[in-house]
Amino acid sequence: MSNLQAFREETKDWLEANCPPEMRKPGDVCWGGRNATFSHPDQEIWLERMGDKGWTCPTWPKEYGGGGLSKEENKVLQDEMASMGARMPLGSFGIWMLGPALLEFATEEQKLEHLPAIVKGEFWWCQGYSEPGSGSDLASLSTKAVEDGDNYIINGQKIWTSFADKADKIFCLVRTGAQEPKHEGISFILIDMDQPGVTTKPITLISGKSPFCETFFDDATAPKKDLVGGFNKGWTVAKRLLEHERTMISSMGLSGRSEGGQKSSGLAEMSKKYVGTDANNKISEPVLRSKIAQHDLNSRAFGLTMQRVGEETKVGAPSPAAAMGKYYGTEHNKLRYELMLEAMGTKGIGWEGESFSMEELAITRDWLRTKANSIEGGTSEVQLNVISKRVLGLPD
Amino acid sequence: MALVLNEEQQFLKDAASKFFQDDAPVSHFREIRDSNNKLGYSKELWTKMANLGWAGILVSEEYGGSDFGMMGMGTILEEAGKTLTPSPLFSTALLGATLLELGGNEEQKSEYLPKLVEGELTTAFALEEGTRHDPSNIATEAKKEGGDFILNGKKTFVLDGHSANLLIVAARTGGSSSETSGISLFCVDPNLEGVDVTKMSMLDSRNAAEISFSNVKIPVDNLLAELGNGFGIIEEVINKAQIGISAEMLGNASQAFQITLSYLKERKQFGVLIGSFQALKHRAAVMYSELELTKSSVVGAMNAIDEQSNDVARFASMAKYKAGETAYLVSNESVQMHGGYGVTDEYDIGFFMKRARVAEQIFGNSNYHLDRYATLSEY
Repeated sequence: MSNLQAFREETKDWLEANCPPEMRKPGDVCWGGRNATFSHPDQEIWLERMGDKGWTCPTWPKEYGGGGLSKEENKVLQDEMASMGARMPLGSFGIWMLGPALLEFATEEQKLEHLPAIVKGEFWWCQGYSEPGSGSDLASLSTKAVEDGDNYIINGQKIWTSFADKADKIFCLVRTGAQEPKHEGISFILIDMDQPGVTTKPITLISGKSPFCETFFDDATAPKKDLVGGFNKGWTVAKRLLEHERTMISSMGLSGRSEGGQKSSGLAEMSKKYVGTDANNKISEPVLRSKIAQHDLNSRAFGLTMQRVGEETKVGAPSPAAAMGKYYGTEHNKLRYELMLEAMGTKGIGWEGESFSMEELAITRDWLRTKANSIEGGTSEVQLNVISKRVLGLPD
Repeated sequence: MALVLNEEQQFLKDAASKFFQDDAPVSHFREIRDSNNKLGYSKELWTKMANLGWAGILVSEEYGGSDFGMMGMGTILEEAGKTLTPSPLFSTALLGATLLELGGNEEQKSEYLPKLVEGELTTAFALEEGTRHDPSNIATEAKKEGGDFILNGKKTFVLDGHSANLLIVAARTGGSSSETSGISLFCVDPNLEGVDVTKMSMLDSRNAAEISFSNVKIPVDNLLAELGNGFGIIEEVINKAQIGISAEMLGNASQAFQITLSYLKERKQFGVLIGSFQALKHRAAVMYSELELTKSSVVGAMNAIDEQSNDVARFASMAKYKAGETAYLVSNESVQMHGGYGVTDEYDIGFFMKRARVAEQIFGNSNYHLDRYATLSEY
């Protein structure tokens, strides 16, 4: 038996013994934090067990609380969790974005302080990047941090801070140097949200309520030891973290992929239900049918591409293709929702009330929400700029 | 599923890349086109390719092949696609070898396969009869008379049909047009009386032929596979062929893109490199993304063959669809981005578009595969 095969057996046994029954069903994901809420007691047990094992962050080194698994072992773990239907134990921007950046840029002391806490979900982290005047031109940001003894005093405003109203801490880009040259006066800093100088206000989107907030800093403070990657050197950290964010968002385009073996896709089933079928069991609207086939083929091709890129890249290292994944994945996901609305006809254009099922209303709201996919985390246009510059080497 | 080449496959890819660049770059194709070479490819080059073992890459070892599998075949086709190298690789090493391997009896295999592996025997698969791929649309008939079959009908778009030493013909021995049963395969010597081969002069300056059969007498021993049950084999061969031609199209589109990318980095207008214009950058980035998806589709499909997946037909349609759409996009954009030079015969870039359009028609265009994918997916 190969080592990997042995690992698979062990993993299967451990999951079988430790994954509580309720966590083997689909449902909400817990986000941890100081005031963590659990929709079911099993959720807390599952988080605790996975956190202790380091399997909320399977590939992070053991000395920082991670699972210390190789890429291959992690794949085994993910496969086994998927085949059991095990829920993700913890959702966290600490895991997907901050942690990988800390592993690369933080001091040993900072790593030991923050990484194990992320693994166990002790704090809910949010991201302070965009500002009202700095969207695609992120590096023009102007939230200021000024030195004051052992602390920085922070003033300014962030926007599109997902879950700022729930988060315990924020990883934040602040200006510590001159406004020009804009990339050279930025620092990356960790700020506690639980202080009088930090206030948040939720943002309502075209889709209705959202986790997005505006975050205001009025003489907020952060200790100097929480500046990561060096004074005025935050842009390097910021860029790398954005690559991790892109990789995270790319996976959204995979939501509707049809696996080998499984035949008719979700979109096709939905169309059969709303549009009907002809005598040969084909979707009766041929134009919609061919759009769905196109979408399904691209889902599969995109899924294979993400898999291939994953095999080609080293663990923890973001791939240069992350921008492609973000661009394609989000555009593809938007199209998926457009096709669902096309299939649903007048059932797809309701806002609320009894004339529509909960599922129909949710799809319509989600359709509106997907419009932000190609804007958040860098617009599609910014991703295309990144591809042309970093991957294709086209001149400025 | 392995989507990254293993060491042995990577070695083959590097060797093929070097071979085509050194021995048969695009200038080699231009020379053949301009020299009015009746064969349409270089016999010397094909002998070299056969000596490298590429004619027998899908042939089992007992007949002298290497049985390297589809990853190997596709990889060579992809590299040949980058240099637009004309050769019997597709018609003989893929189509002919697979038809004979799957349909041939012991005697037929021993007679043909070793010669095919040596590069001495070239083959052509006479299947299509209409303006588009439709494998069961067969009206060509073979009627048994004593110890012979009498073949009548007309085939079109027979790849390498005018130069092959052996034709493999799909004909009806029962059933009616568009039925899948009643189709049989025959090995036909093109020199037999009643066989009339007309070379079709195609856009890509490669080889295809119209072949008519008028009371051609074929000995019963030349029946390949079971009488009336040829369609299963045809389907299996076509799946492989669709994936193989997709690999060539991937090579074609990747190379057209590379050439265009270089042009964007050297051509100046308004005092700056045209590659600095966002109107072109974004389109280049979109092409890159589509090429990445196409590559995964093709590699995934080659792997599906080698792993004997039960989903090969859908993989084949995905590969051919993506390759078709991407080759269409990249070839059009490449010509446009070259400006005036793009529409001259002097520049190579137009060759890539011409070949892409012909390859698009081989064993089903993108529309065909979109429909087939939906049907196979039961919607």
